Amino acid sequence: MDSPVICKLALEDGSVFSGQLFGAPGTSCGEVVFNTAMTGYQEVLTDPSYLGQIVTMTYPLMGNYGINPEDIESSKLHLAGFIVRELPPQHSNFRATQPLERYLANHGITALQGVDTRAITRRLRVHGALRGVLSSEILDDAILLQKARELPLMSGLNLASRVAGQAQRDWPTHLSGSHYRIVALDCGIKYNILRQLNELGCSVIAMSGLSSAEEILHTEPDGILIGNGPGDPTAVDQSIAAIQQLIGRVPIFGICLGHQLLGCALGAKIYKLKFGHHGANHPVKNLVTGRVEITSQNHGFAVDADSLADCGAVATHINLNDQSLEGFAHRKHLLFGVQYHPEAAPGPHDASYLFKQFLNMIAYRQPYCQLTLDS
Amino acid sequence: MPRHPEIKRVLIIGSGPIVIGQGCEFDYSGTQACKALREEGISVVLLNSNPATIMTDPQTADRTYIEPITPRFLELVLAREKQRGTPIDSILPTLGGQTALNCAMAAVEQGLLEKYGVRLIGADYTTIHRAEDRTAFKETVLAAGLEVPRSGVAHSIADAEAIIRDIGLPCVIRPAFTLGGSGGGHARTREEFDYLVRSGLDASRNHEILVEESVYGWKEFELELMRDRRDNVVVICAIENLDPMGVHTGDSITVAPAQTLTDREYQQMRDAAITVMRAIGVETGGSNVQFAVHPKTGRLVAIEMNPRVSRSSALASKATGFPIAKIAAKLAIGYTLDEITNDITRETPACFEPTIDYCVVKMPRWTFEKFPESDQTLTTQMKSVGEAMAIGRSFAEAFQKCIRSMEIKRNGLGLDQQDRWLDDHEQQQAARTADPGLRGWRHGEAPHDWKESAADHWPIDEAIIHDKLSNPSQGRPYYIRYAFKLGWSIDRVNELTQIDRWFLAQIKRIVDFEDRLLRSGMDDPELESVYHEALKLGYSFAQLARAWRCSRSQIHALAEKFQGHCYKAVDTCAAEFEAYTPYFYSTHETPYLLNGTRQVDNEAFVPDKPAVMIIGGGPNRIGQGIEFDYCCVHAVQAVRAAGLTAVMINSNPETVSTDYDTSDMLFFEPLVLEDVLNVCRQVRPNLRGVVVQFGGQTPLNLARSLAEAGLPILGTTPAAIHLAEDRASFQKIMDQLGLVQPPSAIAHTVEEAVQAASRIGYPVLVRPSYVLGGRAMEICNQEADLRRYMHTALGASDLDAQPTILIDQFLQDAIEVDVDAVADYGVVPGHLHCAICGVMEHIEEAGIHSGDSACALPPYTLSPAIIDEIKRQTRLLAEALQVCGLMNVQFAIKGRRVYVLEVNPRASRTVPFVSKATGVPWAKVAMEIMLGEPLAKILARYDYEPDRPTSHVSVKEVVFPFEKFPGVDVVLGPEMRSTGEVMGIDRNFALAFAKAQIAAHQPLPTSGTVYLSVNDGDKAFILPIARQLSDLGFQLVATHGTHHRLCAAGLTCDLVARISDNPDNNAVTLLQNHKLQLLINTATVTGRFTDEGRIRSAAVRYRVPLITTMTEAQAAVQAITALHKGQLVVRALQDYLE
Repeated sequence: MDSPVICKLALEDGSVFSGQLFGAPGTSCGEVVFNTAMTGYQEVLTDPSYLGQIVTMTYPLMGNYGINPEDIESSKLHLAGFIVRELPPQHSNFRATQPLERYLANHGITALQGVDTRAITRRLRVHGALRGVLSSEILDDAILLQKARELPLMSGLNLASRVAGQAQRDWPTHLSGSHYRIVALDCGIKYNILRQLNELGCSVIAMSGLSSAEEILHTEPDGILIGNGPGDPTAVDQSIAAIQQLIGRVPIFGICLGHQLLGCALGAKIYKLKFGHHGANHPVKNLVTGRVEITSQNHGFAVDADSLADCGAVATHINLNDQSLEGFAHRKHLLFGVQYHPEAAPGPHDASYLFKQFLNMIAYRQPYCQLTLDS
Repeated sequence: MPRHPEIKRVLIIGSGPIVIGQGCEFDYSGTQACKALREEGISVVLLNSNPATIMTDPQTADRTYIEPITPRFLELVLAREKQRGTPIDSILPTLGGQTALNCAMAAVEQGLLEKYGVRLIGADYTTIHRAEDRTAFKETVLAAGLEVPRSGVAHSIADAEAIIRDIGLPCVIRPAFTLGGSGGGHARTREEFDYLVRSGLDASRNHEILVEESVYGWKEFELELMRDRRDNVVVICAIENLDPMGVHTGDSITVAPAQTLTDREYQQMRDAAITVMRAIGVETGGSNVQFAVHPKTGRLVAIEMNPRVSRSSALASKATGFPIAKIAAKLAIGYTLDEITNDITRETPACFEPTIDYCVVKMPRWTFEKFPESDQTLTTQMKSVGEAMAIGRSFAEAFQKCIRSMEIKRNGLGLDQQDRWLDDHEQQQAARTADPGLRGWRHGEAPHDWKESAADHWPIDEAIIHDKLSNPSQGRPYYIRYAFKLGWSIDRVNELTQIDRWFLAQIKRIVDFEDRLLRSGMDDPELESVYHEALKLGYSFAQLARAWRCSRSQIHALAEKFQGHCYKAVDTCAAEFEAYTPYFYSTHETPYLLNGTRQVDNEAFVPDKPAVMIIGGGPNRIGQGIEFDYCCVHAVQAVRAAGLTAVMINSNPETVSTDYDTSDMLFFEPLVLEDVLNVCRQVRPNLRGVVVQFGGQTPLNLARSLAEAGLPILGTTPAAIHLAEDRASFQKIMDQLGLVQPPSAIAHTVEEAVQAASRIGYPVLVRPSYVLGGRAMEICNQEADLRRYMHTALGASDLDAQPTILIDQFLQDAIEVDVDAVADYGVVPGHLHCAICGVMEHIEEAGIHSGDSACALPPYTLSPAIIDEIKRQTRLLAEALQVCGLMNVQFAIKGRRVYVLEVNPRASRTVPFVSKATGVPWAKVAMEIMLGEPLAKILARYDYEPDRPTSHVSVKEVVFPFEKFPGVDVVLGPEMRSTGEVMGIDRNFALAFAKAQIAAHQPLPTSGTVYLSVNDGDKAFILPIARQLSDLGFQLVATHGTHHRLCAAGLTCDLVARISDNPDNNAVTLLQNHKLQLLINTATVTGRFTDEGRIRSAAVRYRVPLITTMTEAQAAVQAITALHKGQLVVRALQDYLE
């Protein structure tokens, strides 16, 4: 057994956690957030929304089922760093093809194990998301802390443009009889959103989230899905401008960052949550049906529910933990958005009905609330 | 959606006596349900026959019926409440296990719902049927698009044959409607198949079995779900079994959350579970669905579901902090999940899925040593009697903590006093270094248990390990360790055990680390990192001290220096929200630095009000069960009522004491010295005292060490407790008081024993000192028996820990009496007040373990003079032993002589029964004394007058697990084997006894044929019994000797042949053909291969009441006479106590 390499995490609040390196040696900086999902680390690792973030998993045992070639949500790993309490001595799963540590090393992600992840989580809960530095190279605490405190704040960062798909790409369609053509705007969209649309019989065109309204309309879409992505939505001016031109012309469904961008385009206010929602157990109430769904979430910013009224929109979903806005729809226009992830991956499938509702909106050309009540 | 306004009075059905497969988890769930409904303003009526429960406390429900759980008594309760003008409108049957569900189902079938205008809430008849009936379940699940193992349902042997032609062997036999899968099993051969089909058909309520494709060795998972009437469904917990399919979940080591599923697979399972719950139609409440997953293909099949709160739900509640039973009760009356608040976070709703940031391990606790004749292989039929749970931040930590929690005198997986490998390792080292001081080094914590340490030595024969790995049985983890020690690969162990490689790799990590530990020591330059890693892997101080050959205080000094020990909260949300419920577990974390100073994130606090710490009883086992948890809960209640902080420490997830809102601080910890001391250290800045007298033997074993550590022990001092246990010093006290004990002696060798016995006179009662529940106790009638016993006892032990064998004269045909008393020594200086809680006359004679005897309160044959003498002696003993709190004394009455058999200055097994019978919560009284209130004042407060005549008689009867151990001879003896108890209450002894028999599933017949076969000593007693039975209209059949005696006395009686004389017409065939309704048989010889043993075990199998003592036969005749005279009536406990 090689002797373990020391790796440290310094947080801007003055705390330094020392453990063992796994993954790639190096130094990485970012906003430290925690994720409470007990399964789904592979999906978390490949979710572009984590760009620029160091993710602490609250469940202590990570890597249990290794890594498989199927459960990926994008072509690469976007997060800045990964922190776990303990890596297992051996993974076990019939689909696994490699261990977590090798996967992280191959993708150049620095990761830390052996630290009190619950202590980190509790610090984040109290202080809010903190800037942090993860390093196996710099082991001087003072330097690490200084570096953490010098990092830029997440608010105002246009991270979405860094991961927005560069070129238009057709998502392969394998279902016959597909009659809807959906443009999926990619600001870091997860594959499973595309898979879900595809499974419902749609042909999907993934376009860069920075595309202009003309470019989008040129493909003659039946509907537009604005996907998830990282960072502060208010910084993504280009997309907001495009969306403003699309509203009222094509049915739109926004997910996560897409939901926030829709809100911005309508003139709603955005604010930053203290430590965000990152997990797979958040209860969301559908205000139209009264039903509760357990949802997968990953966001640090949110749309201010009070600012909806002036935009002609109504709240359709709220978070039962903190009453924050989880979904809205326009009273007149064919558009709605949800803050959480109906595509799950990771997380429960309770909200997958939203994709069907989107297609119904296209089919019946009725506003969301009307549609939900009718169906 | 608010609750149904029309639900005003709900009947909750409990689960009755503790049996294998149905433990005290249903007291926990029933108690939660009672609280939940009453806080909604709903009246609760309770039906439960088990007095040792918190739910049957008269304060828990509005009306408490301690009556048998049968449709007949259910109807009597409905009728009585209606007649009182307080009609019941709803029955909640989903919180009392299979017993409650079966009783409710029968009530529906008998039309009781329409007759009394009540409805079932929580689950309806069709839903229960769909979930429980194998065919209906399979069809429903298939129709919902999910897979099940291929199978067929059989109602006869011919049916089963036809199915097997299709699916082949191996296959699984599962009877419908049984507890813990009794009568089922895995058939690999034709012979096993034939046997299991027969026993399965017999065990099933509707003679139905499922013959099914074997999924043995597949991965096994269970999901706990909740659903409300708006169809919101949440998954509370996913549990993965370490032991794969083939071992009953109750006998498996289980882990939460699931470890080896990707999110995709987990979500697929979650979808499937929700689909099953919807398809079966459980409208509200909790359910669990069990799945098997093929390890190589991932094929997912649904195995079964429980449409009710189950043992796993109790585990899931304790593992996550989510109160499943409470929420289930709220959902049953109409609330939806989003309307109920999560008590733990207080701000977020109950409509969410708990996420946890720790690993939970549960291990079953068996008591095979009580049933040496039984097959100890683990199968689909549950055999364990209890369980322990441990929480850690890693699997390894939780796993080793759980081993420590099991009360099997182990400190972890290895490196402890029972480690054969380590003994050998050290001897080799000693031989090399020629250091004589090392040989036989042992640290002296727990007394050595000579029955558990088999004689074989390291290296263990590979064939034995091979066998132990491939046939699941108790102790498999230790053999996995030995296999790794021999260099076996994970793959090889996986091949034999089918245990997932993930778990095996985790175990191997613990084992491999032993080498690092043994290479290390106090002078290791890397000591700090080795220490942190060891503690994170769950190693105990005891193991480290053993490995490093140092004292525990040295290890403790290291702990102070390196830090890292801390408590974390169980909060349902992985620290995302602030938790308000102080439910903690210990763990170890590498300290971090904050602005340069070392920090450990310890979430436990120092209580602001003085704390009283109550040590619980640990996993249930025979001899130590729910009764002690009942006492602990009362102690907690008394402490809280006094305005102090009640701190509970326990490791048993089934209990009320470990419910999140029972105490002010709950520590879910192993009950071994170092873990208990750590909790003491946490609360010590404001610790008023530690209470050891309620949790049974477990805390008592710790008492002296805790006192030596300088902790204040409340109540009777450890020295006084020891005094009562130490033969010589106790004998001195007895002499001073002028009290009599049966002559006794102590022996360490065979010859000492033989000499002592000849001096005392045979028969003698022999047992090792310091045992619980009569472990390894025997009656020897002659020298040869004694020699054999001594050889076994000494041979199985080793020279270092030579057992002390206690030899007592055995008093034949004496009446045994149990007395519970409280006294307040030290509260008012110079004055001791002692109150007798209850005098219980045993129905079985002395010699049968008191835990296995039925008893009556008040005594039913003893004269007032004798009773007064017993009370006088009890008071003398209380004074002499300076008792502060509870005390139990066992007496034997022979003629007019009163012998003292045993004194235990602590809560006894009978405290809850006495409390229910007298209406005084004696455990609470004892705690109040310990908090400093004079007894006289307390009794005045409870309005208790010691000699007030009562208008009712209470009978306690016990329940045995014999049907889980087929073939085992069921004759009673000094070794305790019962798992639970029931109570019968009525105006007189005969009716109370009759009710107790019904409640214990041994209802006495009022007509039919009685089989009589008694030994020579009892032949004189059988005559009047036989005559009365005959007068009552029973037909008599008897074996040769008894037949002769009865005929000679002029009774009409048929002769029954011995089994060997007539294989086609004997007692067993009569039982098979339902020709016998009652057996009265006292033993001449015992054992599974004797005729008698076979007949007795057949009686258990065919569920015919069996009486094995003359005294019980006399009681039974009285009871049958009373049943002939009149109708049984029911009364609530509140009516008796008014």
